[in-house]
Amino acid sequence: MTMIKESYPVKADDMTSAGDVSARIKRQMKQLGIPASVVRRVSVGTYEAEINLVIHSDGGRIDFEISPEKITIRVVDQGPGIPDLKKAMTEGWSTASNEVRNMGFGAGMGLPNMKRNADEFDIQSTVGVGTDITMIFNI
Amino acid sequence: MHVSDFVKLSGGKVLTGEYEDREIVCGYTCDLLSHVMGKGQADMAWITVQAHMNVIAVAALLDFACVIIPENLPVDETIIKKAASEDIIIVSCEQTSFELVKLLADAGVPSAKKG
Repeated sequence: MTMIKESYPVKADDMTSAGDVSARIKRQMKQLGIPASVVRRVSVGTYEAEINLVIHSDGGRIDFEISPEKITIRVVDQGPGIPDLKKAMTEGWSTASNEVRNMGFGAGMGLPNMKRNADEFDIQSTVGVGTDITMIFNI
Repeated sequence: MHVSDFVKLSGGKVLTGEYEDREIVCGYTCDLLSHVMGKGQADMAWITVQAHMNVIAVAALLDFACVIIPENLPVDETIIKKAASEDIIIVSCEQTSFELVKLLADAGVPSAKKG
């Protein structure tokens, strides 16, 4: 049984709004009384994904679904795709610009943080097409 | 220690105006936001020289007790307004990050958990 199912667009390069979708998802989880430890893990995973969409993608969306057993976050973008997924998953490796690094991003911890916090993590990426990430968090 | 105790102890200024006092259960200092996302805990005091919108997003998502800005670094009014709307307390202090960590540690505030 699905309790909530929504989809939010995320614009590329819009650093001032980055985090708005994650904040909205957090509010909905709290309203439903999801345990704080789960809210925290979902918030970290969603925020990292949202920041990646803003910094690295050509724009995309975050799908959010809550059922009594689990929370599913799917992150789909419209490109440019990740050429070397193994490298991208390595802690400390980042292609972020200097401008973004000066803001405290680009530590190369985004994807590892997502994987660490999710109970199930899947990433598919094709250069020229886009990246598709699914994170599942058990409640 | 509560945020109000820290404000008295440091002589800092609460930029976000009136606030509901909160307990500080641990402290952390770091300017890499992804690092903080990975290590941050609820009710944590976070010392950072970063003072932009994304700092507020991280503090709100992880439910930090307060954000402490060292060395009286400037914080834009839009950031202060956003923080206030999210119930995030921003304390601006004259001391360096190093001095502020010592202040918190001497008062018995432990570090955020490692790992």
